[in-house]
Amino acid sequence: MATKAFQKIYTKISQITKATCSLKASGVGYDELAMVNGKLAQVVKIMGDEVTLQVFEGTEGIPTNAEVVFLGKSPTLKVSEQLAGRFFNAFGDPIDGGPDIEGQEVPIGGPSVNPVRRKQPSELIATGIAGIDLNNTLVSGQKIPFFADPDQPFNQVMANVALRAETDKIILGGMGMTNDDYLYFKNVFSNAGALDRIISFVNTTENPPVERLLIPDMALTAAEYFAVEHNQKVLVLLTDMTSYADALAIVSNRMDQIPSKDSMPGSLYSDLAKIYEKAVQFPAGGSITIIAVTTLSGGDITHAVPDNTGYITEGQLFLRRDSDIGKVIVDPFRSLSRLKQLVSGKKTRKDHPQVMNAAVRLYADAANAKTKMENGFDLTNYDERTLAFAKDYANQLLAIDVNLDTTEMLDVTWELFSKYFKPEEVNIKKELVDQHWVKQ
Amino acid sequence: MATKGTVSGVIANMVTLTVDGPVAQNEICYILTGGDQLMAEVIKVVGSNVYVQVFESTRGLKVGAEAEFTGHMLEVTLGPGMLSKNYDGLQNDLDKMDGVFLKRGQYTYPLDKEKAWHFVPLVKVGDEVGPSAWLGQVDENFQPLKIMVPFQLTGTYKVKSIVSEGDYTIEHTVVVLTDKDGKDIPVNMIQKWPVKKAMTNYKEKPRPYKLLETGVRVIDTVNPIVEGGTGFIPGPFGTGKTVLQHAISKQAEADIVIIAACGERANEVVEIFTEFPELVDPHTGRKLMERTIIIANTSNMPVAAREASVYTAMTISEYYRAMGLKVLLMADSTSRWAQALREMSNRMEELPGPDAFPMDISAIISNFYGRAGYVYLNNGETGSITFIGTVSPAGGNLKEPVTENTKKVARCFYALEQERADKKRYPAVNPIDSYSKYLEYPEFEDYITKRINSEWIGKVNEIKTRLLRGKEIAEQINILGDDGVPVEYHVIFWKSELIDFVILQQDAFDEVDSVTPMERQEDILNMVIDICHTEFRFDTFLEVMDYFKKMINLCKQMNYAKYKSEQYEEFNKQLQELVAERKI
Repeated sequence: MATKAFQKIYTKISQITKATCSLKASGVGYDELAMVNGKLAQVVKIMGDEVTLQVFEGTEGIPTNAEVVFLGKSPTLKVSEQLAGRFFNAFGDPIDGGPDIEGQEVPIGGPSVNPVRRKQPSELIATGIAGIDLNNTLVSGQKIPFFADPDQPFNQVMANVALRAETDKIILGGMGMTNDDYLYFKNVFSNAGALDRIISFVNTTENPPVERLLIPDMALTAAEYFAVEHNQKVLVLLTDMTSYADALAIVSNRMDQIPSKDSMPGSLYSDLAKIYEKAVQFPAGGSITIIAVTTLSGGDITHAVPDNTGYITEGQLFLRRDSDIGKVIVDPFRSLSRLKQLVSGKKTRKDHPQVMNAAVRLYADAANAKTKMENGFDLTNYDERTLAFAKDYANQLLAIDVNLDTTEMLDVTWELFSKYFKPEEVNIKKELVDQHWVKQ
Repeated sequence: MATKGTVSGVIANMVTLTVDGPVAQNEICYILTGGDQLMAEVIKVVGSNVYVQVFESTRGLKVGAEAEFTGHMLEVTLGPGMLSKNYDGLQNDLDKMDGVFLKRGQYTYPLDKEKAWHFVPLVKVGDEVGPSAWLGQVDENFQPLKIMVPFQLTGTYKVKSIVSEGDYTIEHTVVVLTDKDGKDIPVNMIQKWPVKKAMTNYKEKPRPYKLLETGVRVIDTVNPIVEGGTGFIPGPFGTGKTVLQHAISKQAEADIVIIAACGERANEVVEIFTEFPELVDPHTGRKLMERTIIIANTSNMPVAAREASVYTAMTISEYYRAMGLKVLLMADSTSRWAQALREMSNRMEELPGPDAFPMDISAIISNFYGRAGYVYLNNGETGSITFIGTVSPAGGNLKEPVTENTKKVARCFYALEQERADKKRYPAVNPIDSYSKYLEYPEFEDYITKRINSEWIGKVNEIKTRLLRGKEIAEQINILGDDGVPVEYHVIFWKSELIDFVILQQDAFDEVDSVTPMERQEDILNMVIDICHTEFRFDTFLEVMDYFKKMINLCKQMNYAKYKSEQYEEFNKQLQELVAERKI
């Protein structure tokens, strides 16, 4: 982004904060980019002839006589098939040592899809993980986050999901990712031989936090290119959206905005919705599916970030360490896929919805039995059977290391039902029981 | 001469203009940038500086860009041709827009100027007509729509001429009125009205009393809403707000249903677009879409238009009410609207109220709910707007400004509860915290006595008491253990579970169970109350549980069976036999 000849250079900055600087300038457009002493910045406020710039790298070392040049455009990304297999930073510049991308330059954070032009999502995304496919089936065009504590293996689960899902492109948007996690993704993707269908935009913890704000829009602009121009099925992975929200809070704080709940900006809902709502099924066949990560602090989902996210996304996936089996499972109680009824029992075997509900209900009975046991009350024979069932169910199905197809998952569940229960205890329609019950 | 302005500042979608003439609060202007016209609304005036909120993205907008004021507030265009349309928050027809993506500055006309409507006169030359009087009628999707005296006219007028019955377009002058000074006023089928101004073209607004059937038992039986009533549904995410709202909008006995999707998920709107044209209205047998209008401002659409969307929806509702129709307005979710107000107030650097919401949030909410209601029109006919809004409380905590302020004005409260949702007890309406103030209205009591019988309200109150008692006992059992309480306690608890499973819980996805007509709800309530009044013999608490589980199962099978079908009667027979087994 070199400066061009005859561009006006400003050299008098009137105000500097940690993330912004202000100067007098004219003819500047809102959202326009500028270079401040070689650092990229964006216009966030214009008041008369005073322009406020948000400096992505931070304002460290910027002098009051810094050279400021306006670039006359908002942030853009060059899109073409050359994006495939490449790694970029938050500005869309390659960080893998490869050549620059040639292609059409499009502004990031483009307009929304007209709701009447959307198609209802209806294609199942199989991940092999029963906690997802069986209980919380994903659908292409869906947006869903993992709600997880920072110590949980969400990046591993996400990498697995990405590689097993049948998609044309996987776009990784890494925000505030540790360098180790970045290398992990890079390794897993190249070892799987899937590098040519993966595009990554990465901001690591070593990069300035405000840069992160560009990552989701960069990733989704690339996704829209492949989904609209090439009618491809694109899966976008965003990790971690809590880091993104933290960066929003930093900027809004520097701009003297009044914070709302949990020190987050009042516009948090709209800011997050703008990103997640890019998930879409286009009528021509292309789709964008978003799987994100929202890290929680101590499992608290009432915090502004997970709370607003929950209202925007189509469900959420919870990871939990199950102390009975010593593995991480997808929690069947708190996880939810709002779109699952569009595919389960329709694109999967007919017994899917009933089997899923019955198994979760029995698992809930087991949880009650466990409470009873812990409180020192006597257990009935039914209680004991539910506890045994719960252990097998968690081990063979809920654990994140499971890799089965949906029909196998249903068969395993029927086997467990038949092993521990009588048909009348599972509360499933008689015709399905007759068909699938396994004689012991 | 229209007032002109020049852009002097931009912060996100708030723009400051310097103007050369008079402007009004809430006046609409268009800002010209790069060939696009951006619609904006005046929200504050300080000297010659005017603050406007732009309904579009302001990307690339420069200081010095020109703006032109229109001289009117944000208004909607009303007339035949709105039913089954999909509008955005500013009443642009979404289907008329080009391309897959929404383009900035694209505005489309909400009505159809070409289509001819069959007009039937209702008045004749020489008749005297008052404000909003009905002049003629056209049919749209089998709804009799009225062509009325323009709402702005408040005096008495004489009909100078009226066209004969026939097909006319909306812009055709169908009636000419003369005012008392002898001036002619041509009238066509189009009306315009500013959205933020309530229509008060009715004679009287009495207390509403007529039950509005929704087919949802936890509403109709337990906490009924009435025609022209107001209600709200708060609930954390994942507790089934949208499913409940969709169920009400599908089944409610209304002439017109208006759905304002305000700052919610686009895929939920797509679900309505996809399903409603297929679904049949249980009351008329016609397609649901024919009586529905959708106002979609999904969460990724411009924030300022989100605020406008609920007003657009309310104004359209008022238009149909003035025709004597029963309108149901659903807004999902009013919290998103309040958040849009918060974002704006923040940018204007106003002193914040609780949770950074603007100080006047309570006045804004109560004024809005106040526009709903049951009315007597000037010609003695009645019309109504029933309004149900959802609220998305932050963190599921009901002690936040939007929920609290809505509670002050809405008369029905349907609290969705995380705990019930986790247990898959849907609809997850908490039976103890929720209420309907209409149950206390003597007008409602008179009505329900005529429609059902005089014991109805007593029975409804009895099940509420039993549910509360059941909850208390459940807590005691949790502390003392199953055998720490007398067996009779288990019986009381299980009777409350019976009420919960059979009346409160309802399967929104089952063809039969999803809609329960009032006649059937009466049967269910009587059946459950009879069982509650029966004394049973038990030796141990284990017997109680097994026995009631069987009973609940049979009652549920009845709920799933077609009313009075052979299967239904068979389950009923089994139930009566079961009751007889242990009856004392």
